[in-house]
Amino acid sequence: MRYLPLSDADRSAMLATIGTKSVDDLFVDVPAAARRSGTVDLPAYAGELEVEAQLNAFAAKNLSPAKAPFFVGAGAYRHHIPATVDHIIQRSEFLTSYTPYQPEIAQGTLQVLFEFQTQVARLTGMPVANASLYDGSTAAAEGVLMAQRITRRNKAVMSGGLHPHYRETIETLAHAVGMATDACPLAVDGEADTLAHIDADTACVVVQTPNLFGTATDVSKIAAAAQAAGALLIVVTTEAMSLGLLKSPGEMGADIVAVEGQSIGVPLSFGGPYVGLFAAKEKYLRQMPGRLCGETVDADGERGFVLTLSTREQHIRRDKATSNICTNSGLCALAFSIHMSLLGQEGLKRVAKINYARAHALRDALTKIAGVESVTPRFFNEFTLKLPVAAAPVVEALAAKGILGGVPISRLDADPAFANHLIVAATETNSDADIATFASALKEVLS
Amino acid sequence: MMKFTKDHEWVSVEGDTALVGITAYAANALGDVVFVEVPEVGKSVKPGDGFAVVESVKAASDVYAPVSGEVVDANTELSNSPDVVNAAPEGAGWIAKIKLSNVSELDALMDRAAYEAYLDTL
Repeated sequence: MRYLPLSDADRSAMLATIGTKSVDDLFVDVPAAARRSGTVDLPAYAGELEVEAQLNAFAAKNLSPAKAPFFVGAGAYRHHIPATVDHIIQRSEFLTSYTPYQPEIAQGTLQVLFEFQTQVARLTGMPVANASLYDGSTAAAEGVLMAQRITRRNKAVMSGGLHPHYRETIETLAHAVGMATDACPLAVDGEADTLAHIDADTACVVVQTPNLFGTATDVSKIAAAAQAAGALLIVVTTEAMSLGLLKSPGEMGADIVAVEGQSIGVPLSFGGPYVGLFAAKEKYLRQMPGRLCGETVDADGERGFVLTLSTREQHIRRDKATSNICTNSGLCALAFSIHMSLLGQEGLKRVAKINYARAHALRDALTKIAGVESVTPRFFNEFTLKLPVAAAPVVEALAAKGILGGVPISRLDADPAFANHLIVAATETNSDADIATFASALKEVLS
Repeated sequence: MMKFTKDHEWVSVEGDTALVGITAYAANALGDVVFVEVPEVGKSVKPGDGFAVVESVKAASDVYAPVSGEVVDANTELSNSPDVVNAAPEGAGWIAKIKLSNVSELDALMDRAAYEAYLDTL
């Protein structure tokens, strides 16, 4: 079949049909000053070899996490991904086209998603989990909308430890459904401060542990107090690896849990695609967003897997659906699930303990430097330093020395009280030599 | 006294309260009901408000309040056995009890003979 879309003849025929002389005439409603005239200045056609050389030259300008001592966290973390993960995700059982949910042809994908849900439920300590959302921040925002549906209240309170990108995502989605948001001021250890903001219209309290500053908090009492006031507790975690060591949100009484799952099986890749883990109490199952896989039996009585409870979703429920997201982060969820299976329960705990140990060794090394202190009282693999000078230029100076030394709070929030604060993370990928290199470079930059 | 709406809800009036459910025709059209979201007790409703949801294996449908008033009871038994809506739609499968705030609204609804005549036109 000939497939030449939009030939000049097609275009003329369409324009003649609607009675317009040129395509430009369709844009007369846009003020002339706002319209681009002429063409976009793009380089001419080049062969594959030239393009590859050009793109490699662009890529060489980056300082890759794999090539530099890397201590960046604040929501995305560098962890080791075994080569087996990349190999297994390419197996034919998992390779199907977009939205591979027809049970007749997609048992591989559906079974993995079912197991993924089991893993997420066990990690978070919650009874039910969905087949994933886009990332941690959209999962958190979906949690807030879900709390509105459950409580029929219209306000979300957010802690001062919630990652500002998560806060902004929640504000964007909540605004669209007429929900008010109340963000507490940035605070290193203030998850409980949210309780003072609860009123009769508060649908949920959103806390993060470990939070933006790395502070880990037992939110049990916050959960009980929020629930006593008729609000749900949403627990956010940006570092899924922490769930291998810390008390789970479910054990602490969370109603809804939203986790960024990138740390397990998904590379940094400039910030995405990632995978949002979403779990809740069973009584809220019907109000959950996203796809759910269920176990069933086929006509022959054999075990099989299908999407279930789809009446919550947009393709059936239309405007009353629990979410306008009708998909999931399938490939990343697959990688997550395979990495989890390879690690096993004990393996995950072991990696988590290494993360904890590495980060505490880093803290000890860095706080030996005159004028440098850690402000984070309890942490997993990430903490926040207070430097004697503004943090952003220090990060630039470290980068010039080939070290990626963390995220200055000033990149995320303009509060001048935190201008000297620097979030640093360490994982199993950081060697003793990396830590020593970082410490001596930081000392040099500060002297 | 039982009255019916064009959206296939029934209202069974006793004094100033009314039981509300979906008709046998609606239950049959939906197929096997797997979940019923009943309204919150205390909620105020007016005619046409979507105040409950019935989900079957085929679809999820809103149930509209046929009359104005306050929800004084909801059939929470349906969360354990939603199939009662299929087995006894116009009896044990009731969804909510509403305290009527405007009895005259009942006049606008159909009686059984009128509803059956309406079904014949569908």
